[in-house]
Amino acid sequence: MNEFFFNLVWLLPLFPLLAFAIIVLWTNRNRLLSTWVAWIGIGLAWILGWTILGYTWTDFHHLTPPEDGYRVLLYNIPTGQTELALGFQVDTLTSVMLFMVPFVCLMIFIYSKGYMNYGTDEEDPHYSRFFAYISLFACGMIGLVISDNFVTLLVFWEIMGLCSYLLIGFWFDKVYADPKRITPKEAGLKAFLTTRIGDVIMLAGILLLYSQTGTLSFQQLFSEETLHHLATTYAFGNVSWATLCALLIFGGAVGKSSQFPLHVWLPDAMEGPTPVSALIHAATMVSAGVYLVARSFPLFVAVSGGAQLYVVSFIGAFTALFASTIAVAQNDIKRVLAYSTISQLGYMIAALGIGAYVAAVFHLITHAFFKALLFLGSGSVIHGVEHGHHHAHHGHHDHEAKKEKDFDANDMLNMGGLLKRMPATGWTFIIGALALTGIFPWAGFWSKDEILAEAWYSYSHEGAFGLAANWDLVIWLLLTLAALLTAFYTGRQIFLTFAGKPRTEAAKHAPESTRSMVWPLVILAVFATFLGLAGMPWANQFFFLLGEEAEMAGQHLHHGDFNWLIAGISTAVAVLGWFVAWLIYGRKPLAVPVDPLEKPLGRVYTLLKNKYYIDEIYQMFIVNPSIGLARACAIFDQRVVDAIVNTVGAFGRWLSSALKRFIDNPIVDGAVNGVGWVTSQAGEFMRATQTGKVQNYLLVAAVTVVLLLALFLVRG
Amino acid sequence: MQVPLSWYLIVAAALFCIGLYGALSRRNAIAILMGVELMLNSVNVNLLAFWRHVEVVGGTLSGQVFAIIVITVAAAEAAVGLALIIAVYRNRRTVDVEDVDLMKL
Repeated sequence: MNEFFFNLVWLLPLFPLLAFAIIVLWTNRNRLLSTWVAWIGIGLAWILGWTILGYTWTDFHHLTPPEDGYRVLLYNIPTGQTELALGFQVDTLTSVMLFMVPFVCLMIFIYSKGYMNYGTDEEDPHYSRFFAYISLFACGMIGLVISDNFVTLLVFWEIMGLCSYLLIGFWFDKVYADPKRITPKEAGLKAFLTTRIGDVIMLAGILLLYSQTGTLSFQQLFSEETLHHLATTYAFGNVSWATLCALLIFGGAVGKSSQFPLHVWLPDAMEGPTPVSALIHAATMVSAGVYLVARSFPLFVAVSGGAQLYVVSFIGAFTALFASTIAVAQNDIKRVLAYSTISQLGYMIAALGIGAYVAAVFHLITHAFFKALLFLGSGSVIHGVEHGHHHAHHGHHDHEAKKEKDFDANDMLNMGGLLKRMPATGWTFIIGALALTGIFPWAGFWSKDEILAEAWYSYSHEGAFGLAANWDLVIWLLLTLAALLTAFYTGRQIFLTFAGKPRTEAAKHAPESTRSMVWPLVILAVFATFLGLAGMPWANQFFFLLGEEAEMAGQHLHHGDFNWLIAGISTAVAVLGWFVAWLIYGRKPLAVPVDPLEKPLGRVYTLLKNKYYIDEIYQMFIVNPSIGLARACAIFDQRVVDAIVNTVGAFGRWLSSALKRFIDNPIVDGAVNGVGWVTSQAGEFMRATQTGKVQNYLLVAAVTVVLLLALFLVRG
Repeated sequence: MQVPLSWYLIVAAALFCIGLYGALSRRNAIAILMGVELMLNSVNVNLLAFWRHVEVVGGTLSGQVFAIIVITVAAAEAAVGLALIIAVYRNRRTVDVEDVDLMKL
């Protein structure tokens, strides 16, 4: 029976793909129908996904990656001596992802109807197109998690890249008064190009893997003998192929999961509509990078204590801390969440780097729920403030016209006191914030704590997978510091947005959002609250599913116990963060829209507010030189290449004109014209004999006869 | 005394030349037709002269038969020619061959 459903796994990405096709081809004029098509597409995927998860649960002993799993082969690509088998796969990692992806997508789809102002005056002009794009996006993510090989994985990966470009630049005609502020169009391009850097590196890794092993299916690639082969053959020096390929594949994850140094696209991606931020930049697309590393985890640990583990864990932990410091000084409600996302993804990457595979996937799932909740909540807030702004300024736009243009509905300093105006949004947002900061008993507490506990365990028990013990301590310290900052900036966000009194007219008049926006928030809030219980150390379902039967690099995974010390420290750190935020922003609610930290921190604040000037550095050292190089190439093109082409062309023209003058005109044309001339002259001449008079002809005949007779007589 | 053959031939040749001259030089279509008749009759003279010269005693009547056939043809020709001339005259109100050059298009 379970095989019946496992064989249907290929239907999962097909449902949203069909929804995309139907909307684009047929229903895009009917907005309500388009909405329903998208909902039904993802809804069917959700039901089938959870069915498959249910059957996997009953039989997880035989479905644990890397080597077990039910494969559905679709077709073979012949590649010379061997065949490249492509298909889909059901195993526990896939099923865990299928728990989260379609469901969160469904919530976001439902929310989008209200956010895109269905049935109101402000309905988005490209309403149906939006639903088509997000359906295609969902197809990409679902297809990615059920791929059983790197080829289809890459295809779906790129579908998501395309959709992120289309969706971030969804409001492509928007321009801002401030020329330095990035527009949606530019943000889409930036996201696409930045992730492309990672993708190219990843593609190199995949190709190298193929050249070394001759296969790209996960089960064969991550089997013990293949990994042993990869770990013991060397690309150069003492760098094994396993290390090299793992590092290159990690490049793709860095791009997609927005890790330092390719993190720059994600905050700017907030220019897209908020459901897109929730969909792409919290719950699914950025998770794809973490999923990739989790899927390739056997490859990463194939070489015990290899450079790849140090790189992965360092990038992750560094990004976690780095992004959370930036989040402290951001005023845009969505940008704070964007940096928070980068930071949390850093947690997962760092967890994978130190070998805490189960904890990373656990955090990935819980994070998807509460970050989607936070993003949707922030969207609801922005939506409310925008409406309040319209309401407050309705009627008198003479002297307000300019001010209205400059009003930023995303700026938290323009908000305040929204809990009273939007209670449902406010309370669910606070639940999301509690989950994010890791307060007991919300989901983030369990998942984040498990990562920290694993790091501590590795430190105190002589390092898992051969990492130096002190290194684990460094990672643990960085992550704990990041947890402190996470609590601080989240608290700041809550107090600035929801506490105190409204600081603008817009906030004063902000209405609560419509039902289709509030219900997804409530449902996600329920998950953000209780989902963590599924991963409690005493009954860790995630460990049963993913870790119990798995054997990575010849060792069984460690089942994390509850560590009171670590739980205590992380809770204390989180509470401290909230407390400091309360001291600065909550105790005395702001009266004027100026951050009280701006003065005491001085230059540091400016540095953080400008995101360490990374964008400017990239602009100066990478983007501008690239543009300069392109310009130089263009000049070379015009001056040299074009000149050569033009010279050849000019020579051709000269040659042909010479030929025309000396050969064509006198000889060829002369011959043709000559024939015509001779014929016509002959005609003119002969024509004179044709008088039409019978007597002339008769005379000629008579003369001829006489002449012939004379000739006859003379000749005898 | 028998008239020698050459005399007949000379008369016939003279007749032919007169006919030919008439046919070539006259403008009136009827006169041309008369020239043509003269030429035909000169031939008849030749035919009879040669017949009389070759077949002195009895035998066939081939020369006379030829002459009669030529006369018949000439009659037919005259009938057709005169009919044509009348048709031309009805169309163009002239029988002057200088004006009738329809063969030159």
